[in-house]
Amino acid sequence: MAIKGAVVIDKERCKGCGVCITACPNSVLALSKNVNGKGYHYSEAIIDNCIGCTSCALVCPDGVITVYKVKL
Amino acid sequence: MFNPDIIKPENLVYEKTNVLTDAIMHYCPGCGHGTTHRIVAEVIEEMGIQDKAICIAPVGCSVLAYNYFNVDAIGAAHGRAPAIATAVQRMFPDRHTFTYQGDGDLAAIGTAETIHACNRGENIVIIFINNGIYGMTGGQMAPTTLLGMKTATSPYGRTVELNGYPLQITELLAELPGTYYITRQSVHTAAAVRKTKKAIRQAFENQKNKKGTSLVEVVSNCNSGWKMTPVEANKWMVENMFVKYPIGDIKVDGEKVKK
Ligand SMILES: Cc1ncc(C[n+]2csc(CCOP(=O)(O)OP(=O)(O)O)c2C)c(N)n1
Ligand code: SF4
Repeated sequence: MAIKGAVVIDKERCKGCGVCITACPNSVLALSKNVNGKGYHYSEAIIDNCIGCTSCALVCPDGVITVYKVKL
Repeated sequence: MFNPDIIKPENLVYEKTNVLTDAIMHYCPGCGHGTTHRIVAEVIEEMGIQDKAICIAPVGCSVLAYNYFNVDAIGAAHGRAPAIATAVQRMFPDRHTFTYQGDGDLAAIGTAETIHACNRGENIVIIFINNGIYGMTGGQMAPTTLLGMKTATSPYGRTVELNGYPLQITELLAELPGTYYITRQSVHTAAAVRKTKKAIRQAFENQKNKKGTSLVEVVSNCNSGWKMTPVEANKWMVENMFVKYPIGDIKVDGEKVKK
């Protein structure tokens, strides 16, 4: 059974602390080269490897990550 | 974005709770205050006690906690949150009064209020953020600052001769007969967040059952005060703070946990 996940990051609220990047077991996330309105390099998914484990969302101090998951 | 096709309500596994407002928190990037706010709010949501919870906000970085928790709240003078919580919980014994305090607030200026509220066994929940420093005022030494740790007021590092020993106030409070549940947790990894959330849930359940004082210490980072990146600060916390402030239960069901 395959598991597929997706993260939606509210980039305008993200402060680019990077805690989610260390928390992700599958190295899905990285800081963007671009900045948001506050000047932070926000977090974004860079590979299609998300398993919807919610680790990133659990450690996010600003609650900016929403996670979806399906079992295929 | 990857897999946009699965972004549907039926596949949702995590989103920010509505017990937190949509206000953007003023905390520094990566600060454990935000994470701890979120899990306190999640517990309040899961227990269905949003209309019963009363937050007593401290002075310190979390002074504006009442802008973020979507519950009734009162701001206390510095250190006095447990005294205010005493009054509120006694007036409204069926509600859920909790204080949210830093280490400067709880273990320095508020030591008397903290100790006496715990000694009286007030039926309150205390959430205690120990980041070893005064964050809000610019990183001065707190009672909990580690030996050797450099702060704005101990620029060469804390010494016993000049500043005395780091105060393990949580262990001290566990000695008091009024405390029912005392635990020390952290929020730097997903596993730690899950455990801390369980502990906070336990504290609120104890309050529902009128068991006396429950305190959850969260060993946290203050990356601005420590002058590190958030990720470095979490690593430093594990290597240094956890040695003096080991993670785990200290008192459960009114009995001290044997080490
Ligand atoms: C009576 C009084 N004395 C001193 C202060 C200044 N003051 C504001 S916050 C603070 C320290 C807060 O530190 P802590 O409780 O550790 O919280 P943090 O900011 O680290 O979260 C101090 C001393 C004050 N506001 N009121
Ligand atoms: S100063 Fe420290 S405790 Fe205060 S918000 Fe910033 S990181 Fe958090």
